[in-house]
Amino acid sequence: MRRIISVLMENEPGALSRVVGLFSQRGYNIESLTVAPTEDATLSRLTMVTIGDDHKIEQITKNLNKLIDVVKLVDLTEGSHIERELLMVKVRANGAQRDEVKRSVDIFRGQIVDVTSNMYTVQVAGTSEKLDAFLQALGEHTIMEVVRSGVSGIARGEKVLSV
Amino acid sequence: MELLSGGDMLVRALQDEGVDLIFGYPGGSALHIYDAIFRQKSIKHILVRHEQGATHAADGYARSTGKVGVVLVTSGPGATNAITGIATAYMDSIPMVVISGQVTSDKIGEDAFQETDMVGCSRPIVKHSFLVKNAENIPEIIKKAFYIANTGRPGPVVVDVPKDVTNPAERYPYQYPEKLRMRSYTPAGKGHGGQIRKAVALLLSARRPVIYAGGGVVQGGGSELLTELARRLNFPVTNTLMGLGAYPGSDKRFLGMLGMHGTFEANTAMHHADVILAVGARFDDRVTNTPSKFCPGAKIIHIDVDPASISKTIVADIPIVGTVQSVLSEMLDTLKSGDEQPDQSAIVDWWRQIDDWRERHGLYTAPRYQTDGALIMPQDVIRAVYDITEGDAYVTSDVGQHQMFAAQYYHFDKPRRWINSGGLGTMGFGLPAALGVKIAYPDKEVVCVTGEGSIQMCIQELSTATQYHLPVKILCLNNQALGMVKQWQEMQYEGRLSNSVYEESLPDFVKLAEAYGHLGVKIEHRDELHGKLQEAFAEKNRTVFIDVYVDPSEHVYPMQVMPNGSMRDMWLSKTERT
Ligand SMILES: Cc1ncc(C[n+]2csc(CCOP(=O)(O)OP(=O)(O)O)c2C)c(N)n1
Ligand SMILES: [Mg+2]
Repeated sequence: MRRIISVLMENEPGALSRVVGLFSQRGYNIESLTVAPTEDATLSRLTMVTIGDDHKIEQITKNLNKLIDVVKLVDLTEGSHIERELLMVKVRANGAQRDEVKRSVDIFRGQIVDVTSNMYTVQVAGTSEKLDAFLQALGEHTIMEVVRSGVSGIARGEKVLSV
Repeated sequence: MELLSGGDMLVRALQDEGVDLIFGYPGGSALHIYDAIFRQKSIKHILVRHEQGATHAADGYARSTGKVGVVLVTSGPGATNAITGIATAYMDSIPMVVISGQVTSDKIGEDAFQETDMVGCSRPIVKHSFLVKNAENIPEIIKKAFYIANTGRPGPVVVDVPKDVTNPAERYPYQYPEKLRMRSYTPAGKGHGGQIRKAVALLLSARRPVIYAGGGVVQGGGSELLTELARRLNFPVTNTLMGLGAYPGSDKRFLGMLGMHGTFEANTAMHHADVILAVGARFDDRVTNTPSKFCPGAKIIHIDVDPASISKTIVADIPIVGTVQSVLSEMLDTLKSGDEQPDQSAIVDWWRQIDDWRERHGLYTAPRYQTDGALIMPQDVIRAVYDITEGDAYVTSDVGQHQMFAAQYYHFDKPRRWINSGGLGTMGFGLPAALGVKIAYPDKEVVCVTGEGSIQMCIQELSTATQYHLPVKILCLNNQALGMVKQWQEMQYEGRLSNSVYEESLPDFVKLAEAYGHLGVKIEHRDELHGKLQEAFAEKNRTVFIDVYVDPSEHVYPMQVMPNGSMRDMWLSKTERT
């Protein structure tokens, strides 16, 4: 099962490499990983998408918790939550294609953030599924380059992950 | 406030932490620290002959005393030489602080002379690590390093110190922190009351119980409580290789070690148990054999200070996270207040069954090895040494058949007496570990049980024994082969002995010992075994290398059947299987 694990950790050098190292050391896989400091500069927030059965996920969270740098973590997929990923894509757009691409962008509520006479750079935010669908919708147009941020997530309602 | 250089701060912080012993080896990046050590008196530094020896010696010291072992090495090769010893300590959860010199901060990342990324190299085998960026941080980092190493599930901590940070020309105010606040680290304390009550109820309902105790009981100081619990309930106890001594080895409720080379009665009792109380043990693959076939009818209670150890390989029915001491004492309190007992007639039946197993295939009642041939049997050597030392020695071990014979035939009545590399299985551990123990207990008998293969992996430490006058006994069960490897090759590779024999290249260990200034004793004949051993052990003031030529064809039994075997599937001899 796909899980989104959100981690608050000390914003210290080496902390990220310990998390990543743990995953390779124990043979867990990372689908995506995002990390940045929080409003409290001493803390970083890391969001990781991983795949595994309940047993594996339990081991992952236990071992993450064991890392000295990890302050707190939550498996967002255990409750209702919001997840977002940002996609930017350069897509070839000439002549009639320009309108077609624009229509797809509108349907997916994306934005064109850069243009040349031959291409658009499009930005779309949403769940990973939505981004996949958008790329699929662009299908027949030539995709020149894709960059995705990896998933960030937050729980719905009053629940917060903080120290 | 006092002004100190980084190097002096480091040494002062160690003093303030109560350190009086460091094992190490100097080099360029550590020279400021070494100079600070020279200018003080309270910390003794033991100069080993190889950094691996430093880590194992500190490890032996830590295992025998319960204190944190401290190691100091230089950058680059000094640091990488320490890696094996750090991994050894990590696998067995031994508290250790390793201080490594590092190239100056401005050179880090430039492939400078003797630069290695020590924090990176050691990352998968440490509990935590620090790279010191500023001298001002030294006191707090040292305080944290010791706290982390020695609390919760203990483990090694690396502190990497760039040379400029220890510069004697720069001084900073020094104050050792009294308290620590670490929001990200809270080791487990008491166990969950509800879980403990459930566990006690399950124990009281047991008809075929086994207590399975591991190294966590030794490390966590839980031996007395465990012994009290087992005696109160009249339950059988088995210990892991790491847990030997957690329960008195000569007690009648002790079934011996379990696992790959565990006793017939311990493995069979585990297989048939209805309730297993696992304490400070981690269901290692050398214990469980095939996990899917592990103890099919058992409900499992698992007490451990590390939640990640629980339900890792074998799912626990009643997990309890907490220190062994607090959980066991709460269990005892609950038992005492309820004043209930398990069904005694069921327990008596269970004991009858176990005694029958012991009678049929125990290590002694039906000797698993030849006792009347001309050759010296390794088991007999261990039994003789057990008698001569009155079961009261500190025994360190290397890795191989000799290790298993020692584990099987030397009975440890006290915790911290049996010191071996169970998790990593590091050949070369035994001798330096013995030196670490001897420094801690100069008046005690310390025996290193080794093989002619293992001893050569850290043989250089014979010189350390000379320098610091550390009269340990080295008992080499010389079977002229990498015996354990050979045993596997004979059992699983139709006797193709690929690179497990030395073809007449072994040194004369007696002469070698003498070259280092020690006494060497060679024992080749069965009839001289006891006499010569006695003479060797009478030498209280010298390091003695006892080279005993044992039957080279002997195997260690029982041995669990692999792959796909259960706990009770064992070879009992070369020809006999359960
Ligand atoms: C550093 C290291 N390398 C290799 C091994 C694999 N190994 C396990 S036991 C063994 C043989 C040990 O030979 P010896 O010390 O003579 O002991 P014996 O089994 O003969 O008693 C070897 C090579 C190991 N455990 N450690
Ligand atoms: Mg050998």
